[in-house]
Amino acid sequence: MRLALDIITVVLVSAGGFFFMAGTIGLLRFPDTLTRLHALTKVDNLGLGLIVFGLLPQVESRLGALKLIVIWLLVQMSGAIVSQLIAQAVRRSGRQT
Amino acid sequence: MTLVFACEVVLAGLLVAIATWTIVARTAFAAIVLFMVYGLLLAIVWVALSAVDVALTEAAIGGGVTSMLLMGAATRLRAPTTPVADVGLPLRIAAGLLCALVTVVLGAVVFFLPDVAPTLAPVAKDNLAASGLGNPVAAVLFVFRALDTLLEKVVLLLALVGVWSLASDEAWGGVPGLPVYARPGRILVFLAQILPPIGIIVGIYMFWAGASQPGGAFQGGTILAAVWLLTMMARLQDVPAINARWLRLLLVVGPTAFLAIGLAGFFIADSFLAYPPGIAKPLIIVVEATLTLSIGVTLALLVAGPPERLPQR
Repeated sequence: MRLALDIITVVLVSAGGFFFMAGTIGLLRFPDTLTRLHALTKVDNLGLGLIVFGLLPQVESRLGALKLIVIWLLVQMSGAIVSQLIAQAVRRSGRQT
Repeated sequence: MTLVFACEVVLAGLLVAIATWTIVARTAFAAIVLFMVYGLLLAIVWVALSAVDVALTEAAIGGGVTSMLLMGAATRLRAPTTPVADVGLPLRIAAGLLCALVTVVLGAVVFFLPDVAPTLAPVAKDNLAASGLGNPVAAVLFVFRALDTLLEKVVLLLALVGVWSLASDEAWGGVPGLPVYARPGRILVFLAQILPPIGIIVGIYMFWAGASQPGGAFQGGTILAAVWLLTMMARLQDVPAINARWLRLLLVVGPTAFLAIGLAGFFIADSFLAYPPGIAKPLIIVVEATLTLSIGVTLALLVAGPPERLPQR
């Protein structure tokens, strides 16, 4: 049982790490602000989400697990809202780079 | 163990790289963003060193409030009404040399530290039980070095008086011109409606947990300041005029309570800032609760800046 949980953790956290890397490459390589934002949302949602879910089997207390999920939701919310604000600023300034 | 070591080396290298980048960045805005990143990375380093209290403060103050203050300063510098003095080359070189000198001295101090650093940690730990607190950092702040903590809060108030003194005569007692970087719109309002309930709970929890776990008045107060600023920036709440009675009261209630309990120490315990045995913890909690409020209001007003216009009647 322990082994199965550990395997789940390793797989999910690695997948999360992959999305973090993909998002970072996108941030560095994509041509303009809006597509870069698009790359970043993958990091917030999938990358952090996978890492949080991967860590859940390792948490000892139920409260700790709840805190992890709340952190993920808060990061997702702030990420989504900040992306919107940046995109708005870009559209208003008329510059796309 | 080697993996942990590798992570630490990468982290330290990243920190130095970002510090260098902060200095060589061409625009103030880029430098401030890098400084923010630097603060957050430094917080991770403190966690790696098991100094979670310091990490929380670094993330909240170093990464958060300081960057906001710098951002306000940069915005002011960019405004066309600000006179910008041209600094000559000799002055630049002198400033650079002085900075380099400070770096060299600091580096020398770090390299010539004694192998076994003199420490009071064991003494503090042995006397922890008498304070009734579980968090040794809180015990040092409020029991063993309470005078330092008290003066620190007074300094914070003095800083606010310094910011206010930049106001013009006509605007004195008026409303601070809080710099707003995102145009208030539906999205910002949404964030400012959803985040404060969570922020208030986390802020209060942070102060409450500070007695026995990492956390405390400063970290909690910073979070309260952040949510208050957010609601003001989204125009859900007016920025208060600085001569409002309730505002002045909130500003001084923390330091005053601290000082009052400290003075009471002359009579109910043996000396200034001493707590009578048995009720030390409740007294410290009272001080911390009022300090959390005062710190929150002070930090928010520091960011809000000097008063710029008179309140509309």
